[in-house]
Formats: sequence, structure tokens, C-alpha cells
Amino acid sequence: MEKEHLLSLSATALGAAIKAGKTTAVEAMEAVFGRIGEREDINHCYITVDKDAALEKAAKIQKRIEAGELTGPLAGVPVAVKDNLCTEGMLTTCASRILENFVPTYSAEAVINLEKAGAVLIGKTNMDEFAMGSTTETSYYGATRNPHAPEHVPGGSSGGSAAAVASGECFFALGSDTGGSIRQPASYCGIVGMKPTYGTVSRYGLVAYGSSLDQIGPLAKTVEDCAAVLEAIASHDEKDSTSVRREDTDFTSGLINDVKGMRIGIPGDYFGEGLDPEVREAVLQAAELLKAQGAVVEEFDLSLVEYAIPTYYTIAAAEASSNLERFDGIKYGYRAEDAEGLHQMYKKTRSGGFGPEVKRRIMLGSFVLSSGYYDAYYLKALKVKAMMKKAFDRAFEKYDLILGPVAPTTAPKLGESLSDPMKMYLGDIYTISANLAGLPGISVPCGRDGKGLPIGLQLMGDCFQEKKLIRAAYTFEQSRGEGEK
Amino acid sequence: MANLINDETIEYVGILAKLELSGEEKEAAKKSMGEMLDYIDKLNELDTTGVEPMSHVFPVQNVFREDVVTNGDRSGSMLQNAPDARDSMFVVPKTFD
Repeated sequence: MEKEHLLSLSATALGAAIKAGKTTAVEAMEAVFGRIGEREDINHCYITVDKDAALEKAAKIQKRIEAGELTGPLAGVPVAVKDNLCTEGMLTTCASRILENFVPTYSAEAVINLEKAGAVLIGKTNMDEFAMGSTTETSYYGATRNPHAPEHVPGGSSGGSAAAVASGECFFALGSDTGGSIRQPASYCGIVGMKPTYGTVSRYGLVAYGSSLDQIGPLAKTVEDCAAVLEAIASHDEKDSTSVRREDTDFTSGLINDVKGMRIGIPGDYFGEGLDPEVREAVLQAAELLKAQGAVVEEFDLSLVEYAIPTYYTIAAAEASSNLERFDGIKYGYRAEDAEGLHQMYKKTRSGGFGPEVKRRIMLGSFVLSSGYYDAYYLKALKVKAMMKKAFDRAFEKYDLILGPVAPTTAPKLGESLSDPMKMYLGDIYTISANLAGLPGISVPCGRDGKGLPIGLQLMGDCFQEKKLIRAAYTFEQSRGEGEK
Repeated sequence: MANLINDETIEYVGILAKLELSGEEKEAAKKSMGEMLDYIDKLNELDTTGVEPMSHVFPVQNVFREDVVTNGDRSGSMLQNAPDARDSMFVVPKTFD
């Protein structure tokens, strides 16, 4: 198969082509590495790639496909994995200096599930350090660039995964979403990204940031790909105590081009101050399109939207400060030299191993959990979270889905966000509520701004309602047409 | 509320977080933590009397299993990640005199 055509295929289309003998897993992997050779110098999507291992694995998988042992939709398809997911025998850095030499002895459950489905690992993608950031600029290994406009960021924290999908440096990718880290880079890079309901994908082997908020999910070219990948990685796992036992993980059954009668609510409070007019226009047009397809669309007040960011940053920082205690220079990773005694070594290792944004969040988290401030900050945030969950419960009594923007703007320029962290935090306003309430959310491309930068539409559903999300997103994608991406 | 964050608080948080900050980093931390806490104070606009704090969205229960070893011995490969190891043990700097 001709290389450019091959690289333009979606993951499931490639899987079907391999199955039909029109191409092979090896040919697909070679095409990916050809593209990496052409674009990686500029894009910098990856921290680690292993071409020899990938081609060897692809050859083995191809044999198993030909033998009829692997028949799933992702068999033979090259995949990129975010560098906070453990991969046995392959460097896993979390884009941090403190894990610069860490080679896990086991793989994350989601990665194992993908391997079982026959997907072939290309390498590990760049991200914000420990997933803390919204631009992929806090990576110790340098920033990733947006494939649509290299002077702009790809979003974050799963920016490497999103950029790799958008530039054809992989066919699909895994990311993690703690406050929007799958949906926002998907939006900035013009691809589809989905965060499932909390507990749907095992977090075993995902280096924890905010454990009550983290979920693994797919970044892909199409809604169909997203559904197929989610179906492959979702599983109940005894190794993750927050894993939910679900019988309804046949997500591809939600790929129905029909939204007749579906009730969609648009939170008026998502369209206030700070929203870029071009983003607003594109998202409202998307709502009109769904309406034209038969959905019942109306505006409502979600309430409490303005409290989402302070709630989120309190909880996420608190959990981060606790989760990142394990990085002490003893069991793995970087250790500072020339330290006098154990405590000095801890301090020097952590101070030299973590970047500024990680330190900022660890310190904030340590403070809000400290005695005397715990009730005023941390406990207060947990109470507001309960109120926000209630607000969503009320909304989902009336609506099947909530529709809004993914981010207030399109991708900012490199360097703009690092100078003003507060501004960067405010950019998470539309995505973080889904994490606080455990809801599934999907980002689908819905247009471009005047500069040609992609705009994303966000749909959120009630817990366990991924199929409704997939159905609406699929209908939108189909009725919008291929040419308009 | 930002005046909560003085030099003393930064020292204290540094101890809790096990971080050693340079003078410049301390000043930057004071400023950014102050800004964040000012912003977080917005939550005080909400009356949360009687609201149960929610740590997990779904009820989380302890997951029990039989006390049987299921993973193999991987100490060799695990120790390969250690900055310093000897005789199947992690080596750490001196902990007492």
C-alpha cells in the first residue's frame, strides 16, 4: 500500500486493511517510522522510541494475525503511549529528571490490554512533567510543538500523544486525564480524545498524580477509533482498588449515526467571559448541527462553574504532594550526589529532580494538608466537590448530555503560558468538572479559528454513559463530513 | 489570606515537602502560593454547612484477597533501578552517626 495513503488511515481502517491482507503490521510500522524521521525533529512528540523492538514485535504480531490468532480491530496497529504509563523494559520518565533512568519491571494494565489486542508499541510520548501543566512545556526533555502550527503548543498534559496522532507519527495513542489532559490537547491538535468514567480503565501502572481524578483514555483520529480503543483497554482490575466492575464495555455498540430525541443541555455559564468568540461560534454551530439531526438542545444553568478551578487545584495539589513523596532517590530514578546524610539526600534529590511546576504543586498540596489549614482548604474543597457532583446529578436528570467548549481559546503560542501559571490554570475551566465528578467526556474537532488552529467540541455524560457520548460524537462527526476537519 | 505565606511558612512547607529552595525560588514560591490561596479563598463564598466532604465519587470499599503471593521474585530487576544497591539491598547514605 502506498505510504501516504497508509498513514492517512484511521486505526480501525488500518486494522481492517491488515486483516484483509492489503498491508501488514510491519509495513504500517515502517511507515510510522518514516513519518517520525520526517517530522520528529520539529514536533518532538516522543521521549523514547525503539524502532528495532517495534519492527520485531510487528513481525511477530503479523504472523499471529496470519495464523488467525489475533482478529480484533487493533491487531497490528502501531500505538504511542504517554510516558507516565509503565512499560516493561522501556524507559518511563514522566517527562521528569527524577525518573530519567527508570525502566519499569512491569507494564500498566491498559498497556497489557492493548498488547493483548495486538497493538504494537512505537514508543513513549512527551508530556508535562508528571502531567502537571496544560501545554507540554514543563517537560524536562523539551516542549512538543503543535503539528498544525509549530510556534503553538499542542496542549497538555498529553501533548506528545495528541501531536503524534495529528502528525501521523502513530495511528492512535494513550493519554491520561486528571483535569482535561486528554481532551484539551485533542482539541488543540484537531483530533478526538476521550476520558472515560472514573474507574473504567485500570490505573495500575499509571504513575499517580491526583489519584481520585486520574483516568487513562484514548487519543485518536476518529470517534470510531476512540470507541474501539476504549473497548480494548477497559477492564476490571483487582490491582486497582478503585477499578469498577462493568458489564457494558462494548463501547463500539454506541457507534450509531442518530441523535433523534437525545436531550442535550448547554450550560449558559460555559459561554461567559473569557471564551474566545471564534470558539464560541464554532461550538454553538456544532450544537445547531446536532439539533438539525434531531437532538433536543436547550440552554440551562449548571451553577458552581466558577468554583471548579479552585476546588480542583486544591485537591489535585494535595493528592500530588502525597503521591510524589515516593520519589526519594532510593528505589529508582535520579539521586543527588554529594549529600551529607539521608535527609539531605532526600532534599537535594527532590529539589534537583523536580521542575518548578511540580515543586509549586507539591508545596501547595503540602500546605493545604498541613495541620491548621486542612479544614479550611482541603476539606472545604471536598465539600464543594460534593456540591458540584449534585449539580451534575440534577443536570443529568434533565439531559442525556452536556455540550460546551473544551477550552476557552485555541492553542496558545509557546512560552505564553509558562510566564503566567494562573492564566494557564484558568484554561482548564471547562474540563476539570468532569474529573471532579468522575464523568466521561469527549473532545471532537468542530472547526478552526482565523489562524487555522483547530477548535474542539466537548460532550460530557453522566457516569457510565459513554455510549451516549460516542453516539452523539459519532453523529456529529458523520454529519459534519470528512472535508471540514 | 495571602499574608499567610511568609518566610516562616515557606520554610515549614519546604520541610513538609522535603524540598530545598534557593532564595530566588523561595520568593517565587511565596508569590505564587499567595496568589493560588487568594484564588482558592473564593470557595469561602459558598456555604458548605452540613455538606459531607466527598473524597471519591463512588463509594470505595476495601478490596480483600487471600494472603497468597502471586507475583514472582523480581528483586534483581527492581534493584537494577536503584541508584545504589548491594547484596540484594538498597544502599542509602548514612542515617545516624
